[in-house]
Amino acid sequence: MAAQVITISSGKGGVGKTTAVANLAVALASDGRKVVCIDGDIGLRNLDVVMGLENRIVYDIVDIIEGRCKLRQAMIRDKHYPDLYLIPAAQTRDKSAVSPSDMTRVCNDLRPDYDFILIDSPAGIERGFRNAIAAADRVLVVTNPEVSAVRDADRVVGILEAEEKGTPSLILNRLNPALVKHNDMLSAEDVLDLLGIQLIGIVPEDEAVIIGSNRGTPVVTEVKSRAGQAFRNIAKRLQGQAVPFMELEQQGGLWQSIQRLAGRK
Amino acid sequence: MDPMQETTTLVQIKGLRDGLLATLSDAAWEEQRIALLSQIDERPAFFQGARLAMDVGAQILKVNDLVELRDQLSERNVALWAVVSESPTTEKTAQLLGLATRISKPRPEEGRQFSVTDLGEETALFLNKTLRSGTRIEFPGHVVVLGDVNPGAEIVAEGNVIVWGRVRGMIHAGSKGDRGAVICALDLSATQLRIADEVSAMLKPQKDPKPEVASINNEGRLQAEVWNI
Ligand SMILES: Nc1ncnc2c1ncn2[C@@H]1O[C@H](COP(=O)(O)OP(=O)(O)OP(=O)(O)O)[C@@H](O)[C@H]1O
Ligand SMILES: [Mg+2]
Repeated sequence: MAAQVITISSGKGGVGKTTAVANLAVALASDGRKVVCIDGDIGLRNLDVVMGLENRIVYDIVDIIEGRCKLRQAMIRDKHYPDLYLIPAAQTRDKSAVSPSDMTRVCNDLRPDYDFILIDSPAGIERGFRNAIAAADRVLVVTNPEVSAVRDADRVVGILEAEEKGTPSLILNRLNPALVKHNDMLSAEDVLDLLGIQLIGIVPEDEAVIIGSNRGTPVVTEVKSRAGQAFRNIAKRLQGQAVPFMELEQQGGLWQSIQRLAGRK
Repeated sequence: MDPMQETTTLVQIKGLRDGLLATLSDAAWEEQRIALLSQIDERPAFFQGARLAMDVGAQILKVNDLVELRDQLSERNVALWAVVSESPTTEKTAQLLGLATRISKPRPEEGRQFSVTDLGEETALFLNKTLRSGTRIEFPGHVVVLGDVNPGAEIVAEGNVIVWGRVRGMIHAGSKGDRGAVICALDLSATQLRIADEVSAMLKPQKDPKPEVASINNEGRLQAEVWNI
């Protein structure tokens, strides 16, 4: 087994990176995959909260790097999925406690025993972001249908290209079909047109996401939630399955945009 | 000798066709590492986003040496991709870290993304990619882009700017005062255009964009017209 390392980043803060990591991790685990999530947001850790594992933290990633504990000691096992683990961020340190090579080393140590390693990146394009992408085989860029979020995503895509991380895939989060219909929101098509990268999923605005995060049970476990379905689909696509895009995603010229992209190299 | 000169003789940096090459001397590794980093820190804009290859001569470098330097370069947004060395130990270290150890051939998997074409008197920079937010291209000649210029990207050229794509960022042609410079694009929905010291108002995105050329008209104002051949 050799895990694929996937980093979730965005540029702009608050667009749903942590939400995406928690949901994709749970979806992959419920598909029977062995998954480790790493919270790369040193100093502002919150993946543990969203996954409901906050009160189990003893050691964190900085403890691993600085040799205060073994890798396995810092890995917290999920409550429901025995093959899902979290390596939390340190809350009382800053990003300079971790280097890109440290991240690569930790990931390489994990690779043989797992299927997926998901890394939650901090906002911004500074050191913490660079740490988070250092080991990535693949990067998913999360954005919202807002001009400023899309512009920051574009910046991140440019940096990833310069770092030769390959072209990332896009998660468009918090799309509100009703607003798009009335021309009050950028459409998926507008966003794809600008970024020119492959779409891996569109997650609708859904209050169940917030409720799930607060409870520490990611929305993906809720069979009826649209956002949950969207995350389940993305997880399937990460596993190499061709899952058709959901109903809500098929608006306007989105299909043409997706096809146009597929045609471009 | 002033200290600035001293550091430049320790580490020589020159442009290759697909990045930069730093050639180190035989001085102590630590000194050279510091010299290289300080050269980068002096001209961050020049090094931003650069791919760097290093010729380290006979230096014997261990994993920790290269890892440390690679991290420090990465913090400065410089990607170390190759280390060329006469020392087998250093070569092995580089290979362990997944770095290339030869730089003679441009790597086959990627097409060249930029090239400078010398047209005798005039030079043109040819960019075969989309310029994304945060990219700034400054060039003392013409600039030709085969791709889009996205919002948040900027081109400043002393000559003309031609974009085979959509322009939604900022373009400044004739930046040293050439009022005869032009900007052409397939879609000029730019946030701002400048020619010499004239500035255009924001252009409206068009529903059905046509190729346009922007220039300074007889009244001395910057205007864009549909491009009639
Ligand atoms: N599809 C959605 N529908 C409704 N709310 C959402 C959705 N996705 C995320 N949210 C909410 O948006 C907020 C920000 O999400 P999250 O913390 O995942 O963003 P982030 O990108 O990790 O932020 P930061 O940059 O601060 O790390 C949270 O309150 C989350 O519950
Ligand atoms: Mg977060």
